[in-house]
Amino acid sequence: MLGVMLALLVVPLIAGIVCFLGPARPAAGLTVASGIACFGLVLALIPEVAHGTVGYLSYLRADALSGVFLLATAFLYAAVAVYAAGYLHGRTDVYRRRFYLGFNVFAWAMLAAPLMGSLALLWIAIEITTVVSALLVAIEDTDGAAEASWKYVLIASAGLGLALLATIFAYYAGAQVLGVHSNLAIGPLIQAGGRLPATPVRLAFLLAVLGYGTKVGLFPVHTWLPDAHSEAPTPVSALLSGALLATSFYAILRFYQVASAALGTGFPRDALLAFGIASLLLASLYVFGQRDVKRFLAYSSVEHMGILAIGVSFGAPIALAGVMLHVLAHAAAKGNAFMGAGVFTIKYRTKQMLAMRDGLDRLPWSGPLFLLSVLALSAFPPSGIFRSEFQIVAGGLSSGSYVAAAALIVLVTVAFFGLATSATGMLLTSPPEPSAEVPARGEPSAWMVVPVLAGVAVLVLLGVHPPGELTELITRAAAQLGGTA
Amino acid sequence: MGSPGVYAGAANVIAALMLLLEFGMLRQALIRDQVRLYATQSALISVLAIVIAADRDLPDLYALAALSALLKVVAVPLVLRRLLGRPISEETPGVAGSYTLSPASAVLIAIGLAAFGFFSFGSLGIHNPEAPATALAIAGAMVFVAFGLMIVRRDVASQAIGFFSLENAISLSALVVAAGLPLLLETAFLFDLLLAVVVFGMLIRAHHARAESLSTADLTKLRG
Repeated sequence: MLGVMLALLVVPLIAGIVCFLGPARPAAGLTVASGIACFGLVLALIPEVAHGTVGYLSYLRADALSGVFLLATAFLYAAVAVYAAGYLHGRTDVYRRRFYLGFNVFAWAMLAAPLMGSLALLWIAIEITTVVSALLVAIEDTDGAAEASWKYVLIASAGLGLALLATIFAYYAGAQVLGVHSNLAIGPLIQAGGRLPATPVRLAFLLAVLGYGTKVGLFPVHTWLPDAHSEAPTPVSALLSGALLATSFYAILRFYQVASAALGTGFPRDALLAFGIASLLLASLYVFGQRDVKRFLAYSSVEHMGILAIGVSFGAPIALAGVMLHVLAHAAAKGNAFMGAGVFTIKYRTKQMLAMRDGLDRLPWSGPLFLLSVLALSAFPPSGIFRSEFQIVAGGLSSGSYVAAAALIVLVTVAFFGLATSATGMLLTSPPEPSAEVPARGEPSAWMVVPVLAGVAVLVLLGVHPPGELTELITRAAAQLGGTA
Repeated sequence: MGSPGVYAGAANVIAALMLLLEFGMLRQALIRDQVRLYATQSALISVLAIVIAADRDLPDLYALAALSALLKVVAVPLVLRRLLGRPISEETPGVAGSYTLSPASAVLIAIGLAAFGFFSFGSLGIHNPEAPATALAIAGAMVFVAFGLMIVRRDVASQAIGFFSLENAISLSALVVAAGLPLLLETAFLFDLLLAVVVFGMLIRAHHARAESLSTADLTKLRG
C-alpha cells in the first residue's frame, strides 16, 4: 500500500509539470488520465484503510478517515478533469499550460493532505492548496478575479497563520508527554489522550477551528469564499467547493480527535456546534437574493460545511457516519452543480441568474442535470445528501440535541426554498419578452455533460445503496471520529 | 519568583523589540522602510534562535537560524523590493494615504489590541523554564497587532508585510514553546513561507499592473 500512497503523491505532480513544459494539445488528455489514475489508486487503497491504518514512519498515514476525504477529492479530480477538456475549448496554449499546471498541482496538494502523518505536514499541504488555488482564481485576469484572489490569499493565509499557531500549541502539548523530539504525528497524539495538558490542547483546537475554518468557509471567516468561487474558472470553483473545503474540514477533524481524546467531547462539540449553526444560518439567508449563479452555489457550500460541523457536534455514531457520507455526497453534488452552472455561463455568456431563462429547454442535458444537482443539494431523495442529512438529524435526536436538530431542519428547509426559487427561475421561466435574445438549443460540449452524468449516478448510488466496502469505510471512519476505533 | 535566566531574559527582550518594530511597521508610511523594519524583525528571530540553541543545547537551531536569516532577512526583502519597490518608488514613494484610520487612531487601537493579546496569552498558564511566559504573551500581542496592520492599511504592500510579520510573531511563539520541533518541519515551514511570498508578490504585481496603484480602495466590486 505504500506504493499506492507514493503514487498518489507523484502522479498529479508529474502530470502538472508535463502539462506546463510539454505541448498544450495533450495536456487535457494527460490530466484526465492522471485524474482517473488517482481515482483508481484511491479505490485500491480503500479495502486496506477500511480495516486498519497504513503508513510510513510518521510522515505518511492513511486510515478510514483519510480514505473518505481521498475518495471525495479523487472522484472530483477525475470528473472535473474531463469537464475541463470541454470548458477550455478555444483558450490559448499559454492559458491551458498555466491552467493545467495549477489544476494538477492543486489536486496533488489536496490528495497529499489526508495522507500526511503529522499535523505539521498536514498544515504544509493545506498551505500549498491556498497558494496554488489563489493563482488559479487569478488566472482569468479580470478585475473581479484580481480582487477575489487578493482577498482569498490574504484572508486564507491569515487563517492558516492561526492554524500554524494551533499546530505549535499542539506540539507543545505533545512534547509534555512524548518528549521534545515528538514530531506532531497524529497517531501518538491521539493515543496520548488524557495525559496531554488541557489548556494548550483547548487553545490549539479553538485556533484550528478558526484557522482551518477560514478555508472551510465557517462563519465569520468565510468572507473570501463567495468571491473566489464566483471569479475562478468553473473547473476550479468545482474543486474549491467540492474538495478543498472538505480537505480543510479534515484538518479540523484531526484536531477534533486529539482534543476529544485529551479533553473529552464536550468542549470540541460545543465549539463546532456554535460555528456550524452560525454558518448554516448565514448561508441559508444569503442563498436568497443572490444574482450570480456561482455566488449562489458558494453560499450553498457554506451551508453544507455548517451541516458537517453540526453533524460532528452531535457525536452519535449514526450522525458521524452521516457526516462521512455527506462529505462524499456533497463533493458529487456540488461538483455537478458548479459544472452545470459553468455550462449555463458559457451558453448565456453571463453569470447573472436573471439573464438565464428557459434553461431546461435551451440545454437539453445540462438543464435537467443542473436541476437534479440542485435538488440533490437540497437533500431530495434518493440522493446521497438526503441519506446523510437524515442520518445526521437522527443522530442529533438520538443524542438528545433536540434544539440543534430542530434548528438544522428549519435552516436546511429555508436554504431549500432559496435554492429551489433561484434554480427554477433559471430553468423553467420564459424570457420576460418574446423578443429577448435566447441562445439556440444545444450543449456547448459533450465533455461538459459526461462527468455530470457520472456525478448523478454516484449521488443515486450513495442515496439508495452504498457499496459494502464503502459502508465499512464510513463506519470505521465514524468510529475513529467517535474515539471507538 | 527569582530573576529570569539568560535565555528567558534574552527571549523577553527580543520579543519586546520585535513588538516595537511591529508598531514601527504599523506607523511607517514608506514601503521601503516597512521592508527594512520587517528584515530587522526577522533578524531578531534568528538571534533568538541562536540564544536558545546555545542555552538549551539544540544544535538544530543554529541551522534554523541561518536558514531563517537567509530567507527572511535576505531573500524575502529582496523579493519584495524587486516585485514592488523599484517601479513603484519612482512613481509613488510610499503609501502614506493608505490608512483607513488616522495614524494616531491606528496606533491607539493597536495598543489596545496588543494589551488584549498580551493578557490573553499571558493568562494561558503556560509556565515552565523552557517557555518564558512573558515572551509568549508578547508574541500574542504581536499576532494581534499584525492583524491590526493588515486591517487598518488599505494597500496591498502593507497588507502583505502585515501577513509576513504575523508569520514572524508565530515564529517567535514557536521558538518560545516549540523550540524542539524537528528541523525538517521547521525548514518545510520556511520554504512554505517562500512560496507564499512569491505568490503574494505575483498577485501584488498583477494588482499594480491592473489598477496602476497599490491601493485596495477600489477592491469593492464583489459584495453580497
